[in-house]
Amino acid sequence: MSSAVRTLVVWCPDWPVVAAGLCDRPAAVLEAGRVVACSAPARVEGVARGLRRRQAEARCPGLVVVDHDPAGDARAFEPVVAAVEAFTTGVEIVRPGVCALATRGPSRYFGGDEALAARVVAAVAAVAGGAGGAECRVGVADGLFAAERAARRGVVVPVGASAAFLADFGVSTLGGELPDLLVRLGIRTLGQLAMLPAPAVLARFGPDGAVAHRLARGLDERPLAARVPPPDLAVTVELDPPADRLETAAFVAKGMADRLHERLAADGLTATLVLVEAEWEHGERLGRRWRLDGQSGSGRGAAALADRVRWQLDGWMSAASVDGDAERPSGGLTLLRLVPEEVRADDGRQLGFWGGDRAAAERVARALARVQGMLGPEAVVVAVPAGGRSPAEQVRLVPWGESLPGSGAGSSASSGSGRPPWPGRIPSPAPAVVHPVPVAAEVAGGRLSVAGGPWSAVTSWAGPWPLDERWWDAAAARQRARWQVVTADGVAHLLSQHGDRWEVEATYD
Amino acid sequence: MAVVAPLSPELVERAQPVALAGERLLPVLPALRPLLPAGGLRRGSVVTVGAAGAAGTGATSLALSLLAAASAEGSWGAAVGLPALGLAAAAELGVVLERIPLVASPGPEPGGPGGWAWVVAALLDACDVVLARPVRGLRAADARRLTARVRERAGVLVVVGDGWSEPAEIRLTVVSSTWEGVGRGHGRLRARRVEVVAGGRGAAARERRVALWLPGPEGGVQEVVDEQRRPHARRVVS
Repeated sequence: MSSAVRTLVVWCPDWPVVAAGLCDRPAAVLEAGRVVACSAPARVEGVARGLRRRQAEARCPGLVVVDHDPAGDARAFEPVVAAVEAFTTGVEIVRPGVCALATRGPSRYFGGDEALAARVVAAVAAVAGGAGGAECRVGVADGLFAAERAARRGVVVPVGASAAFLADFGVSTLGGELPDLLVRLGIRTLGQLAMLPAPAVLARFGPDGAVAHRLARGLDERPLAARVPPPDLAVTVELDPPADRLETAAFVAKGMADRLHERLAADGLTATLVLVEAEWEHGERLGRRWRLDGQSGSGRGAAALADRVRWQLDGWMSAASVDGDAERPSGGLTLLRLVPEEVRADDGRQLGFWGGDRAAAERVARALARVQGMLGPEAVVVAVPAGGRSPAEQVRLVPWGESLPGSGAGSSASSGSGRPPWPGRIPSPAPAVVHPVPVAAEVAGGRLSVAGGPWSAVTSWAGPWPLDERWWDAAAARQRARWQVVTADGVAHLLSQHGDRWEVEATYD
Repeated sequence: MAVVAPLSPELVERAQPVALAGERLLPVLPALRPLLPAGGLRRGSVVTVGAAGAAGTGATSLALSLLAAASAEGSWGAAVGLPALGLAAAAELGVVLERIPLVASPGPEPGGPGGWAWVVAALLDACDVVLARPVRGLRAADARRLTARVRERAGVLVVVGDGWSEPAEIRLTVVSSTWEGVGRGHGRLRARRVEVVAGGRGAAARERRVALWLPGPEGGVQEVVDEQRRPHARRVVS
């Protein structure tokens, strides 16, 4: 039973809330309209994961709601990982808020698992104290899965006792779709699952079931298939000139992630642990391991890897600009290397028989990458619906290839999301032409002239829709009135008036 | 073992079922079918959309609505050289925003690498429909090469506005446009009645004239039904 690696897991509860700096008041983090994390004060009021926004607000009036920002989570987690890394090399980030390390070496050095755990807790508390009073819990057990459960309870599970420790947990801890089925069959705890014979589980539930069974028995999910890949799978890119902007570096990283994924896929492999290494202009060399969640489809693939590399670069680069000390890189990024440290056979997605939609999407992605390569990453954008009163504010343009959050990234508190109400918003239909820079216009004697052009008579008009935005901020404050104006030639404009200055904001082309 | 990805493109090509004539068409909204002789956008064709009178009488909306049905059925589109495109309007007309990447400003030289023609050609390789406004200084040779590219890649190029010198399979022109719902200081823009004339080459040479709501009172695009039966529709027109 000793095939599982003795693992220590550091778990920071409610990390998305902590990263948003909201853990001391009732707050919830939403993704796709559902609560994914909430602070302790909110939980006392009855807010729980999976609630809809309205339900959560009903249970806890005054709840602060923010959208989920995975990049921000990862950035805030960087100091914690750095603190843990003081004990040993080879810290793996499982996801922002959870990291793991193999205890064999450090435990012997510090005098046992308990002693190591205590030191890690103290070290993390010291850093996280600055990050808004986050607490962390540490657990030690055989295997990552058991260690994560142990971390939630803050215990050290003795060697070889992982299976017994896990026996009482419900099967729902496994995640995915399997637990539903298991519960309907009367298998409610991991202990009950572990008692079934392995071949029977494999025969009935397939590879997913076999993995679940291994986990339930306190074994590692991977060790049988995991292997250290030959070194030529690593992808290295030297950047010349050095990249000092995150966008540039992230764009390079995206291409590298695609290439790595392609290389692995050619061998029928998928990476479960990737080392991200970076060298900076003045010789610093930083490296960090990210675990790619193998259980869920969304945690895999090139896009997921590219996201993680981006988060990591963001962490390093923003540390350089904010912090005074620590291991801060200086200058630009000169070299980036992605090393797949653990791989396993890809038993994942099946492509559509005729190529299908995915093939089309991949073809588009390749063509757009080519355009981006020529014109720069910001040249290709995708529109994401956003909130706002003016037509220009109702969509947000995001460079192609960046993850599409449903949010203004990092926007703290308030109703930052795009859903109504936006009182004073111009009702639909929306104008088909929205001028990036409003065009000057003149209105006099019932006639309109756009950009010094010919005058034409105004035949009908509607409005005004008054707008008094951001009055609390002198620089961004806007006070104007909007009018819909139709001229004799059948053209409708959306005009905005500020004093006696008129501008064409949009045209109903 | 699931990795079917390295299947060679030729093999996929050969294994694909024979395309029926109907599959060579991209769907359009029902109201737009009378404008197009085939009842849809024929792959490999160029469609120009313009306005007869003043700019701003509905050409952009008409071009966006051409994309709507194909976009909703999973086709990818792209928009090139349209920095002012109203994306909220696109979404209202039924275009799926996440499947229409935008290249607002291609490189400065239209025919050069990274220029307008280059970007349109690159996107035609992958997308079913490319919406583009020609830039000034586009040479006839580049336009001709793009026409050939459209045919070869079996995409559809929708050209908005002037500046396309090549003949197009279908030419759509908005000849009149009237807004409804807005009065002299009251109401709001609700619906627009446009008259569109379709011409072109081959089957499209016979001129067609269609009256459309673009958008209709409930949003979306509808054909104008018999005027006589709803006299109140006219009353609001100023």
